[in-house]
This record gives sequence, structure tokens and C-alpha cells, in this order.
Amino acid sequence: MEKTNSQVEKPENKKAETTKLPLKRRTLLKALAGIPVLGLFAYQLLEKRAYDFEKKNKILKDLELDKIPLPSITPLAGGKGDLLRIGIIGYGNRAVTHSNGLGYMHPEDAEERKLNGTIEDWLLQEDLNVAITGICDVFDLHAERGLETVRKAVRAGGAKSELPVKRYLSYQEMLDDKDIDAVMIATPDHNHAPIAVAAAKAGKHVYCEKAPAHTEEQVFEVYNTVKNSNIVYQLGHQVPQSVVFQQARDIVKKDILGKITLIETTTNRNTADGAWIRNLDANGNPKPGDEKSIDWDQWLGPAPKVPFSLDRFYNWTKFFDYDIGLIGQLFTHEFDAVNQLLHIGIPKSVVSSGGIYFWKDNREMADMLNCVFEYPDKDLSLLYSASLSSSRSRGRVFMGHDASMELGNSIDITADRDSTRYQKQIQAGLIDTSGPMISFNPTSGKVDAVTSATEKYYAARGLISTNIAGRSVDITYLHIREWIDCIRSGKTPSANIEMAFQEGITCMMAHKAYVEKRRVEWDPVNRKIV
Amino acid sequence: MKEKNDYTPLQMTILVVLRFLIGWHLLYEGFSKLLIPNWTSFGFLQESKWILAGLAKWILAHDNVLSVVDFLNTWGLIAIGLGLIVGLFTRIAAISGAALLFVYYLNNPPLIGLEYTVPSEGSYLVVSKTLIESCALVLLAIFPTGTVFGLDMFVRKWNNKWNNKKYMEG
Repeated sequence: MEKTNSQVEKPENKKAETTKLPLKRRTLLKALAGIPVLGLFAYQLLEKRAYDFEKKNKILKDLELDKIPLPSITPLAGGKGDLLRIGIIGYGNRAVTHSNGLGYMHPEDAEERKLNGTIEDWLLQEDLNVAITGICDVFDLHAERGLETVRKAVRAGGAKSELPVKRYLSYQEMLDDKDIDAVMIATPDHNHAPIAVAAAKAGKHVYCEKAPAHTEEQVFEVYNTVKNSNIVYQLGHQVPQSVVFQQARDIVKKDILGKITLIETTTNRNTADGAWIRNLDANGNPKPGDEKSIDWDQWLGPAPKVPFSLDRFYNWTKFFDYDIGLIGQLFTHEFDAVNQLLHIGIPKSVVSSGGIYFWKDNREMADMLNCVFEYPDKDLSLLYSASLSSSRSRGRVFMGHDASMELGNSIDITADRDSTRYQKQIQAGLIDTSGPMISFNPTSGKVDAVTSATEKYYAARGLISTNIAGRSVDITYLHIREWIDCIRSGKTPSANIEMAFQEGITCMMAHKAYVEKRRVEWDPVNRKIV
Repeated sequence: MKEKNDYTPLQMTILVVLRFLIGWHLLYEGFSKLLIPNWTSFGFLQESKWILAGLAKWILAHDNVLSVVDFLNTWGLIAIGLGLIVGLFTRIAAISGAALLFVYYLNNPPLIGLEYTVPSEGSYLVVSKTLIESCALVLLAIFPTGTVFGLDMFVRKWNNKWNNKKYMEG
């Protein structure tokens, strides 16, 4: 370069060199033409990042959500404690999930989960220091499956089965055994309350599947017995164990939604299985069972005596003698989800309407049902709308004056276009009301203010959640874990007897309103449904 | 293809500008995937229709393959974008870019009868912007500009040196 410059200065060479030499420099400059473009790109990229970051954080900061704690599995308050010996009463489908939650899996199921790639997460499930030592089922086949599950079990969390497992022919027999510390009840609904009451009287801790009871009297009986005992009672509502509920609680506490006056909860299913027609196997053949292998009298329990019927045995949900239909099976979950968040308690009044509009078999339960629960002292209406003949997806939505929250596997909060609180941000373009303004997805592990169109799209459809980045944890396991930890630590579980009572009464009110075709009310002074 | 070109200045300018523009676009596509937490091509592949639907399904069914695809996608786009902008290995970048974009196109071509749940941002019939961009990259590969406006100039010089040396030695 230096040489070139000195040459340029020579006057005699000037003309020739000025055409030739600067060309070389120009060639070099030309070759580097992309560099400034790249520089500009880098500058724009940083600007864009700063802008997105600022925008996102401003929303979160304004809403005080920037310091929201990340969800985590709370450590066991009671430590590992002594080995807890658990008996399972009713070994159907639900009990399989219970066994898995306790860390036991049948080798056939383990093989299946290995094939679909979900075994790893389960194997990492922390050992709760429990042993399944008793199985009770009125059906030999189911009881055998339970025994086999325990004896041949694949165990999670590195646990080893050492205690023998025993079959009990009746639940009374199991409850009389001092070698059982706690029971899990997963029978048809009409047997829940009598077994729970007997268990509480026998001093066994109870994990009972919903619904807590089948009649108003039973609700009181379970409540009073458990209250007068020292047992830990947990109702089987695993849904609020989902990590998103921890976030939802914070969102409600921080009043992000404004005044909530309507909550819409829904059920949509559109299959025979979803409508509780379950007497056929996957190939359309009748499922096994006869009077010899099923203890029919014990199965009927407190229900009216009727001749043996496989239809009733497998499809019990259809009949009011054993269940209260959609209210008992699915509204219970919805109510608990709402009650865990807002502690709404028992409504002042309930109206229900619906009918059998699609599945015209011998059922008594409605396949189309709408219930409205009024809470005038809380300025709140809770709606439950269910269809068993349309699978259109409707979420669980909390509607507030400032924003609405859809709460499912993920949380999507959408600002209301006529919100008072967010008026300024909406006008300034900081908050877009056409899509979610905040989205929490358990798989991404953090709260996100949604900014880009793609993110919005994914957030709205929950597409991100199908690809799980972290470990997936079974929520039923978390619910069982809480129950066991409360047994050891003396704490009160989330789905405790008070919550079970409120739920039981609310469900009885909805059922009564449907059956008697009238608006029913709760008399809080005399504590009864009128 | 020819090493020395005889484009007019206007032809050269528009070719280089086109190269910068496409390079910029692909580079940002790459970076945006890098910057979105947990970005994955899952959603895109799930929407795959037509002749590549089977392949897409296979990728989705294999988590490790999916993560390789995600990685190659992100870094491939970044590498191609960088190459096009600074003019380094321009032709390889252009051809790989064209191929990649064509694969995107084949995964969701706007053909009659194929319906997608993701709404497209424009109106297309058979031809989409992706196809046009892919075609434009083929054009850039045929009309190279990297050896003049790009680092490929050095690559060429180094190559020439190497060849001369080999020639002299040989």
C-alpha cells in the first residue's frame, strides 16, 4: 500500500497509475461489499431484540409478573418417613394410574410405554417409600391384575418391592387388617362414601376418587366422620396439581383479570367410550365377567338390589343408582379446578337442564347438560355446559372485566378490548387484544408475554406443549405424593375434606335440580339443600 | 460457468442487490429460530402435505431426527444467509438455499385441494413466494457475483495460486 501511494505521487506516472492502481483498491472494496450489509443486519437484529425484550418485559413488569416464581415440585415436608403400606380398593382402569403414581407398573404396560417412549420420565419419578400390600376387588380378573402388577412390578425411582401383597375379598376385611396404613378408593361412585366412612372409622388414611359421595346424606356422613378422625383425606382431583395452576393462582392473586363475573366450564366428547359405553373391548367383543367371578352383592353395596348385569357392571355411569352422570364424573373436576383457584364454595342456587338427545340407549344420565351455579354474594356465575355428541373444543375460561383467562394444559390470558385497567397500553399498541397477551406453557418453563405472530399462533393452539422440552410428570402422581406427604407431615392436602364437602353439596344441588326440574337452593343456616 | 463476467453495471448491481436481499432474509429466518426459545419445526412438519408428508411424519416420529432437522435448519439458514451476504462460497450457498426453499415449498405447496390449518400470509395458487425465492437463488447461482462483489474473490485468488503452484510443480 505504501508503495502504491508513493507511486501515485510521481507526476509522470500519474495518468497511467490513477486508472490502474485505485482499481486494485476498488477491487478489494468491492470484494468486501457484503460486510457493511452484514453490519447493518447485526445492528438491526440487536435493535429488534432490544425492542422485543423491552415490549415483553414492560407488559410483565406492568402486571408485576416479572418476578413470578417458576413452578417446581415442592420438597416433601415429611421427608421419606416410614414405609407406608397401602391397600387399593377397586382395581379398574383408575387404579392402574394409582399404582403407577405409587411407583408400580405392570410389565406389559411398561413394555407399551417403552415402545411409545414415555417410560423414561416415569422411571425417574421419585420413590415415595410406599408399598402396595393389599388389593381388593369384587371381580377376580381385576384383583388378579392388581396382584400381578405388584408382584411383577417395574418400579420407578429405583424402589424395590419387598413386602408381600395380599388379596382381600371385601373392603371390610382390608380395613380390619392392622397391616394396612392407608387406602385408595377407586370403585364405582356409589361405593365411595360407605368405604371412605368405614376407612376413616378404622383409622386408615383415605385417597378417594371423585365424586366424594352419591347422596346428600352421604356427603354429610363422610364429612362428619373424617372431621372426627385423625386421618388425612384427599379427594382424587389431580388437575390442580398441574404446574400451570401455581401460575394461575398468582395471576388471580395479582388481579390480572379484573373483576371476574363469569366462569365457563365445559365438557365435550363424542365417542361411545366418552359416553360411558364400556362393555365392549377394542375389538368389539363383550368384556369378561359373570356371576361366578364377580361378587355382585358387594358390588351393589348400598344400591337397590337388581339382577346381575354386565351392562350395569361396566356402564354404571349411565345409571343414577351408581352415579350422577356428567355432574359426578366430569363437573366434579371442573368445580374443583375453580374452587382451588377462587375458593367459591357452595353456590346459593343451581339450575340444570338437558336431556338424553344422542345416546338413546337405556341410560338415565343426560348426554347434554347445562348447569348454572349462582354466587350472588361474590357477584359470580359459574356455568357448566357439556355435550357427549360433539368434540368441539371449548376451554375453561375465567372472564374478567380486564382480561379473560383460558386455563387448561397451558394458560392464555387475553386482554379485554374494553378493559379499564389496560386501556392505555391497548391504545399505545403495547397490548394486542386479538390474541393472548400472556401465555404460560409448562413445557417452556416460564411466563411469556407473547409478541410475535408465530408465538401467538403456537400459544393459542398449544402446539408447543406437544413437544415437551423438560421431563413430563404425571399429575396424578403429584396428587398422591401430596396426600402421602400430608400423612407424614400432618399438613392438610389441597383436595381436603372441606373442599370435598363443598364439591359434594354443589354436585348434589346440580343433580337435584336436573332430576326435579327446578331451581334448588342451599340453606347455609340449616345446612341443607332446599 | 464463467469466472469473468461481462455484466453491465446495472445488471451487476441488481444481481448483487438481489443476493443481499435474499441473504438478509434467510439469515434472519435462521436467527429468529435460534432466538425463539424451544423453537422447533414440529408445527411446520405437522402441516406437511403432498409428496413429502410421509417423510415429515417419519421425522416427527423420531425425536432425535427432529432435533437434527431443527439444528440443520437453523444453522443451515444462517450459513446460507451469511454466504450470500458476504459473497463467500456464493454458488454453494445459492444452490443449497434454493434446494432448502424448494423442500419448504414441497412440504406445503399451495395446490388445489390441499388445505392448511396455518393461514398463509398471502394468496397463492400453485406458485408461492417460497418457490419464487428458490428460483431466484437458482438465478443467482447461474449469474454469480461473489468473485467480484464478495469474498469469493479471495477464494478464487487462492485457488489460482494453488493451481499455478501445482502446475509449476507438475
